[in-house]
Amino acid sequence: MSERTYDIVIVGSGAGGGTVAQALSDLCRDGVRILVLEKGPKLADEEFTGQEIEMAAALYEQGGGFLTADGTMTLAFGRAYGGSTVVYTGTSLVVPERVIAGWNVPGLTHSDLAARAQKYKAQNNVHLLEPALLNDNNRLFVEGCAASGLHAEQFPLNLRGCRGSSLCNLGCPNAAKLGTHRVQLPAAERNGVEVVTRADVRRIGEDRALTVLVSPKQPGDKGLPSAWSAGEHTVRARMVVLAGSAIGSPALLLRSGFGARLPRLGHGFTCHPAHILVGEHERPITNDVGHPKSFFVDRAVEDGYVLETCMYFPFTTAKNLTGFGAPHSALMRAFPRLQMILVLACDKAVPQNRVTVDAGGNPVVHYTFTAETIEAMVRATRAAARIFFGAGALRVHAPSADPPLIERRDAARVDELVSASHFLPGRVSVSAAHLMGGCGMGRTARDSVTDTWGRVHGVPWLYVADASLFPDSLEINPYLTVMAVADRVAEGVRRDARTLLAAPEARTA
Amino acid sequence: MPGLVLPPVRQAFRAIAQTVVPEAATMGESEWMALEGLVEQLLSQRPALVHRQLGILIHAIEYLPLLTTGRRFSGLDAARRARFLGRLASAPLLLLRRGVWGLRTLVFLGYYARPGTAAAIGYRADRRGWEARR
Repeated sequence: MSERTYDIVIVGSGAGGGTVAQALSDLCRDGVRILVLEKGPKLADEEFTGQEIEMAAALYEQGGGFLTADGTMTLAFGRAYGGSTVVYTGTSLVVPERVIAGWNVPGLTHSDLAARAQKYKAQNNVHLLEPALLNDNNRLFVEGCAASGLHAEQFPLNLRGCRGSSLCNLGCPNAAKLGTHRVQLPAAERNGVEVVTRADVRRIGEDRALTVLVSPKQPGDKGLPSAWSAGEHTVRARMVVLAGSAIGSPALLLRSGFGARLPRLGHGFTCHPAHILVGEHERPITNDVGHPKSFFVDRAVEDGYVLETCMYFPFTTAKNLTGFGAPHSALMRAFPRLQMILVLACDKAVPQNRVTVDAGGNPVVHYTFTAETIEAMVRATRAAARIFFGAGALRVHAPSADPPLIERRDAARVDELVSASHFLPGRVSVSAAHLMGGCGMGRTARDSVTDTWGRVHGVPWLYVADASLFPDSLEINPYLTVMAVADRVAEGVRRDARTLLAAPEARTA
Repeated sequence: MPGLVLPPVRQAFRAIAQTVVPEAATMGESEWMALEGLVEQLLSQRPALVHRQLGILIHAIEYLPLLTTGRRFSGLDAARRARFLGRLASAPLLLLRRGVWGLRTLVFLGYYARPGTAAAIGYRADRRGWEARR
């Protein structure tokens, strides 16, 4: 077991950790030692093959199959150099003003976050995809929205040199998506930040010592080996920033014993539960080529949901369609004719939905679908069905219908056929990738885990800088807001560092 | 990949797999081995408790029809298998529903992740993107 000392240790390298690493990296010039610990591996460019199972195994926690405690929802989150920014689609939206107002966190303003978000939009080359690169799957969504009276908006995307592989969620094979693995982390490393992969932080002590378990690279694994030897390491830090996701950060604090002083730890978990819907057209469309997620419909205020274009891979699609047998197979064999829409509910933080840890310290996510969330998913499903039919689909697969296939002749009966009574957890497939909350910002330890600068209440050297800070649902794709909040946390860390790193014991070892 | 979980329940598992994906009924032994290898590979990353639960579920699916039909699941015709599994998938008991969901997910993994299946269903994603379609 080795022991090492750093001034600032950042746990996690995704939208939060990567942002903080870059934002603080100029401190390295003054001799400040900064370390990023990432649980996942760093892949070489040629290892991004676009093959569904091998990439999911390499880049997602539990290969993308992490289930909630009762097994009724799959949570997808990245575990790699760059975290979930390696596997998202690059959608870059600025948080709406109403959401920040609704959070009601004193001192946290929309104008501050919007200004920070603009900085990262520029840094990550965020722009609208030119019309010539849009595929039929996206064009049909826009047509269907127009036919059904819904307003489709184009996603700003953080791409450079997109070739339209459609494989964003398996890690771009063309290095076109500008996640933290392409922009912020390399910049931080150039400035002197050290990044160690395959390094799982198991515990943080009150003495600021981190217990880190480094995994060896197994035969057949993708990615570079860790820079550190396999086994347990102790890392002593002056300041610690947690950015291990809305599951990883609260779980780490809970298994480290911080739960007793932070009663809100793990609470406030939200995730935008989602269904994948497909519509079958008469003729083949371009769906598995081109950027998969170019448009969305925001009905969060009016109806509590968001619709997005999407296109997934054979196994993911099969898993997310309800049912099995001949009707399921027929739909899968219609793959070249499938249009796909992701429907997301804007769920609200409720007491029963939270992160805990099991006896081994591993995260457990408790999630119950509230009546409001189910109704939002049903409204979203009905709207998506109308979009499909408005775009000319022959039939639509809707999870909250029984049977799930709705034929064109029944298009006028969508409201009747899609119903909350058919939303049977465990039968319908629900997944989520926008994981938020668990270390919410607020005033005191009675109502939150951190202050508005991400500083953990009562622990002045410990910060959180990821989506776990969100006190409630964001109602849009979260990564740009995670970066904005992390940038704010980094500013606070920099300010506090003048005091915390100037203390005599800071320069020992 | 030599399996640990499926061999004791192979006959029932294959009957279930053919119910979940009817095209599996036409597969040869090498294709079955490929499917089961992918399932075993995934299961090898899961705890022993999950292996036991899966074994119990497959046994239950195999023998429960004896009570109502006098035949095991693997002895039923395709329509009766589909009806039986469909009832379990919509059962009032969450444990049964999520069990069937998990089992079908394993079958989908094994079936659709096999080499060549993507092309067979017309999925053509290519890292070269638009260039590959010109």
